[in-house]
Amino acid sequence: MNFRMVNYVLGWIFIFEAIFMAVPLITSAVYAEGQAALWFAVTAAVCVVIGFLLICVKKPQNKRLYPREGYVIVALSWIVLSVFGALPFVLSGEIPSFVDALFETVSGFTTTGASILNDVEILPKSMLMWRSFTHWVGGMGVLVFIMAFLPLSGGQNMHIMKAESPGPSVSKLVPRVKTTALLLYSIYFVLTLIEFILLLCGGMTCFEAVNTAFATAGTGGFGIYNSSIGNFSPYIQIVVTVFMLLFSVNFNSYFLLISRKFREAFNTEVMVFFIIVATAIAVLTFDNISLYSETGDALRHSAFTVSSIISTTGFSTVDFNQWSELSRTVLVLLMFVGACAGSTGGGIKVSRLIILFKSFAKELRIMVHPKQIKKIKIDSHPVEHETARSVSVFIVAYLVVYVLSLIVISFDNHDLITNFTAVSASINNIGPGLELVGPTANFSFFSVTSKIVLIFDMLAGRLEIFPMLLLFTPSTWKK
Amino acid sequence: MDIIIVGCGKVGQALAEQLNEQTNNITIIDLDADKVNAVSSRCDVMGVVGNGATHLVQQEAGIERADLLIAVTGSDELNLLCCLIAKKAGNCRTIARVRSPQYSSEAPFLKDELGLAMVINPELAAAQEIARVLRFPSATKIEHFAGGRVELLKFRLPENSPLAGLAVKEISAKLQCDILVCTIERGDEAYIANGNFVFEEKDIISIVASPRKANDFFSKINYKTKSVKDAIIAGGGELGHYLTEILLKDGIAVKIIEKDIHRCEELSALWDNVTVINGDASDQNVLLEEGLDNAGAFVALTNLDEENIMLSLFAKSAGNAKLVTKINRIEFDEVIKHLDLDTIIYPKNITSDTIIRYVRSFRRTEGSSVERVHQFIKGKVEASEFTITDKGAVTDTPLMELTLKPGVLVAAILRNNRVLIPRGSDVIKEGDTVVIVSNIMGLHDIADILK
Repeated sequence: MNFRMVNYVLGWIFIFEAIFMAVPLITSAVYAEGQAALWFAVTAAVCVVIGFLLICVKKPQNKRLYPREGYVIVALSWIVLSVFGALPFVLSGEIPSFVDALFETVSGFTTTGASILNDVEILPKSMLMWRSFTHWVGGMGVLVFIMAFLPLSGGQNMHIMKAESPGPSVSKLVPRVKTTALLLYSIYFVLTLIEFILLLCGGMTCFEAVNTAFATAGTGGFGIYNSSIGNFSPYIQIVVTVFMLLFSVNFNSYFLLISRKFREAFNTEVMVFFIIVATAIAVLTFDNISLYSETGDALRHSAFTVSSIISTTGFSTVDFNQWSELSRTVLVLLMFVGACAGSTGGGIKVSRLIILFKSFAKELRIMVHPKQIKKIKIDSHPVEHETARSVSVFIVAYLVVYVLSLIVISFDNHDLITNFTAVSASINNIGPGLELVGPTANFSFFSVTSKIVLIFDMLAGRLEIFPMLLLFTPSTWKK
Repeated sequence: MDIIIVGCGKVGQALAEQLNEQTNNITIIDLDADKVNAVSSRCDVMGVVGNGATHLVQQEAGIERADLLIAVTGSDELNLLCCLIAKKAGNCRTIARVRSPQYSSEAPFLKDELGLAMVINPELAAAQEIARVLRFPSATKIEHFAGGRVELLKFRLPENSPLAGLAVKEISAKLQCDILVCTIERGDEAYIANGNFVFEEKDIISIVASPRKANDFFSKINYKTKSVKDAIIAGGGELGHYLTEILLKDGIAVKIIEKDIHRCEELSALWDNVTVINGDASDQNVLLEEGLDNAGAFVALTNLDEENIMLSLFAKSAGNAKLVTKINRIEFDEVIKHLDLDTIIYPKNITSDTIIRYVRSFRRTEGSSVERVHQFIKGKVEASEFTITDKGAVTDTPLMELTLKPGVLVAAILRNNRVLIPRGSDVIKEGDTVVIVSNIMGLHDIADILK
């Protein structure tokens, strides 16, 4: 393990955390929130000092990064970001308990959007802005951001990108990691900007529009009102619906669209994703038609909720906890499906499910023709055996974490649906679940132990399980 | 520059690694997904799995934007096809590795008619390098500049050399020799010579000198300089074939030892004045019978690296021949460097070095006065050739009055086809060609050598 290199990158994480805090600082200047500004400034200063110490004191001579350093750097970076990102909440007394504050920040960075706050509207505007901004940073990935601006080390930073980017396999858009990272962030930024402008046109204030755009872009879901998006106009709800879906499409597709490769852009994964979305919307609209006076309303709310859940955003316009059992079941299933690989969304990812179902079909065929040699293909490209294997192992690891978490939080003695969807909402980075953790409720009633388990689940879900598990594997730390 | 490399063998990997240090965007293509993954996880390059000679795969690798395609797969035909398709699909420059002697003799035709920028034959290039070394056996490596008019000689200081303990500035006074020391390699470090540098035994030194003065210098430091009159070549493959051709032209008597009787017959049919021995070169008696102890040079070119090393070590103990050892696998170069083998030839490195040299000079000629760039000591020292086209900061001032950057050495000045070994009082004039040896990579302009 190259500890010095890990320290060095972590040092830069501290510096960037301080830079990120400029956003709430500016907000507090605009809204004259002196108290909040002070604590953001203090935290940023502490981060800068620690960062400089880590970067300057022991410079790494050996700049080599192996996969294991990549995983460790990513996991530790996210923990560091969350711990220090929680400090302003604690220091200012807005969220006095540290575990609660950490829950809120992890929920932000992992783009979960689950809150422990009973009333978000009493928070200072700069704190609300910080919550939304963590979504935006966490959505595309912090280390991807750093790689876009920092010359880390020759060719080995691909390991970091692999560890942070969601999906079964990571492909570069262009030969250089740095250029790839820059391109991804440019696409991300432009899409966010377009949504911001469209929201402004819909009559949102600048503050509302920025927050909503950040939360949608990262597929996060922190609202700045207790009613989430419910009190905004239908136009705004439709804009948010469309952008939630846009941000859950693989970003490579946008690059392919820009380079005019239309056929590659609409690949199997994207098509399957939209087929799932369309089917779910149809089922829910049909199921809810009696609840609403107009068919248009039923369609709008169904589309919004389906997009919100499958993109793992977690915004809400209505309390879908009150819907019929069929609708609720469909929503829970969508939670697990998640967005496309290479997007900002969470969940198992559509491409993994495609590989899984194709492996399943292949297994059945091989039972009929035991000597048949068959390759799984996606978009007429054969899927490497290694990829198919790692997808199966991922599902197993995912289930293990899921089951263990479920058992631990069951000690709080809440009902099964609450526990089941709470873990699902955390590990899939969605936010709201059903029953006690439904869209109008929050996670504040859980015990401290349960909150820590859910914090772990959110991080594990965002980083796709293995980086977090590796932190607890002794052989990772051997020299 | 956008570069596509087809074929991820040893040469492809070496190219990907070394070209990646610059501001190049590299895409690699290979049929084997494992190889592509291995390279793209080690270097910052994009990998494409597929047949590099198909238009579809080349498109996927971005042939429209590419400036250069290098085809180094194992097959000559595939390499040529890759280049042809790339030329039509993207109109980029192309380099093909072609190793078969049949095609190789048609290299100029292929180059012109197929529009290739470069055809490289690893065996031929290696044979040329070996021949260069045999022409001047005191040096372990000889580099050419300014169209062959300037030679940089590399040699290792033997034990008890009179040079050991001397400083660089004392050489000309003590030995009365007009040579210029350029670089010193000690262990893993490479230094650009300055006046106060003190030599140690086993240093590898490179000097610039005209051939006559170099001989003078070597005899003054008691370094063997007898020129090679005859050579024993162990192994009669393609490389041996090319080498024999060249050596015969230089008037060196050649003896080839080859195991395979059919190959022996083929070889003996080619030349009348070559002794072809059908025997196993790893049999010591065969070697001694053929006069290894009195041979001027012994070149080990069998297909087995281990055998080549053992043969050379045996030849070292048996006689006083100049040794040349061919090594195919480049992984163990650090270990082999420490064995006491005179000259080691890595055909794969020669191939990648030649291509890299081309790529760099091609990149730099756009908007700079650099003519050629040699990677003199791998990744550490570069030698660049500049043509001085007009007056500037460096011209008409004595060299000792110029404030050069540390690690920059003016190694040679070429004026009116005469080579000048520069001294402090010399000046650079308009129209000169100047060779700069430096540990600063990527010098763009002659003015870059100033502080």
